[in-house]
Amino acid sequence: MKPLLTAALLSLTLLSTPLLLAKETTPAAPKVIKMATTTSTENSGLLQDILPKFETKTGYSVQVIAVGSGKALKMGEDGDVDVVLSHAPAAEKEFVAKGFGDQRYPVMYNDFIVLGPEADPAALKGSTTAPEAFGKIASKAALFISRGDDSGTHKKELKLWETAKLKPAGDWYREAGDGMEKVIQMAGELSAYTLADRGTWLSVADKSPLKVLHEGDKDLFNPYGIMAVSQTRYPDINHAGAQALIDWLVSAEGQQAIGEFKVNGSVLFTPNADTSTANTDAKTAAPATAQ
Amino acid sequence: MASLLDATAEALSLLFNGDAALWEIVAISFEVSAIALLIATPPALLLAFVLAYGQFPGRRLTISLFSTLLSVPTVVIGLTLYLLLSRQGPLGEFRLLFTQTAIVLGQIVLAFPMLVSIGHSALQAADRRAWETARTLGASPFRALLTVTYEVRFGLLAAVLASFGRIISEVGASMMLGGNILHHTRNIPTAIALETSKGEFAQGIALGMVLLVLAFTLNILLHHFQGKGYIGS
Repeated sequence: MKPLLTAALLSLTLLSTPLLLAKETTPAAPKVIKMATTTSTENSGLLQDILPKFETKTGYSVQVIAVGSGKALKMGEDGDVDVVLSHAPAAEKEFVAKGFGDQRYPVMYNDFIVLGPEADPAALKGSTTAPEAFGKIASKAALFISRGDDSGTHKKELKLWETAKLKPAGDWYREAGDGMEKVIQMAGELSAYTLADRGTWLSVADKSPLKVLHEGDKDLFNPYGIMAVSQTRYPDINHAGAQALIDWLVSAEGQQAIGEFKVNGSVLFTPNADTSTANTDAKTAAPATAQ
Repeated sequence: MASLLDATAEALSLLFNGDAALWEIVAISFEVSAIALLIATPPALLLAFVLAYGQFPGRRLTISLFSTLLSVPTVVIGLTLYLLLSRQGPLGEFRLLFTQTAIVLGQIVLAFPMLVSIGHSALQAADRRAWETARTLGASPFRALLTVTYEVRFGLLAAVLASFGRIISEVGASMMLGGNILHHTRNIPTAIALETSKGEFAQGIALGMVLLVLAFTLNILLHHFQGKGYIGS
């Protein structure tokens, strides 16, 4: 019995030695860029598609932490990541104004859409604006699933209720506190309405019973911005790497990579970086909806 | 949504066609949990021994304390460590958040009370005379400790296996501390959470099956070590 036990312990130790050594020899290299971002950019497959191009070219390695925009910005504020890519323009501008980030670069946009069950119990179809559509959902007290997680989409949704001069509350309004895909699944299972970004929707549409019931008005414009976390505030972060990533994303090459990324034949994100007008959104007009 | 059967069939093909992404996630899970366990086990079992054989004030309280720690939700441990490791926290200067080391730390904290509690029960159940005999025969305390440890090796092995099961299947702390970074801190539980949220149930099921097979193998091994299932000849 004893030799067996010894053998087991020995093999376990041997197995893990290279692992331990590997840990030791991997330095916290400046070649690693930590990026906090929203779930839509990671889960739609965009980043996995375009980042390898950047990594091969520059030798940097990008580690993506996908959370809601609110949390991503918070991680940037705390200095726990080097760069933040999010879609919450108001919060992003505040982030820069407070000195947590140097500058906001517009990268791309897509648009939000209102999803709901095919039967459309609140008769949303034909609404001209998103707040109007939201008004119909509220007046019918039709089931609505909110992200409820302080993400960019959640912030957008709250803004739309505000524009509609409504305070959503009651049994029909449910806060999931979860990511976009999960909320689309929930809405599908419960035949509920929800607000989604088009990128995520296109990547899960074939698995969902929901339909796009309202889209295309300017209230639903969804711009993405990227900000390097302030080096002044956190001198030891990988600021050079963050800036290299930003430079590549807004370069002709990065912008082309974004524009060429497709899911099921549809373009998910429209590149809109314009270095001459950095810090403002190059296009603030109504988005072209991907049809 | 695909039916359970379809998803399972797809999962099996993912597994057996050696889907590299899937196996990478499995490897990360194993690495991290094995390292955590290797670090946590020796001090935890030593403490368990001291609690079983020592006489000092606060002994019972300490035992209760470790049993209580077993009930703390993993997300609470994740949150506590997050606040400690975030650069706004006291250990921020080490920049450990969103690294494998952070997950290892979380898993050590999770495994420790379990090793102590189960280890203590096993050691306490040992025949005290083994210790006394060894000591009267002139064994040093360390030598006597080894004797007792050998007597209850199956109980201690069970403590280690149970702890391994706890930490490798844990999602809350891994997600918060590791950040679910592809190729880096994405492990089996966080990958299942992600794939499920994306509606990719096959991947989730495949990873779940790996965990099951793993648990099964470990238990077979345990039984093998136990021989006939009892101590003594």
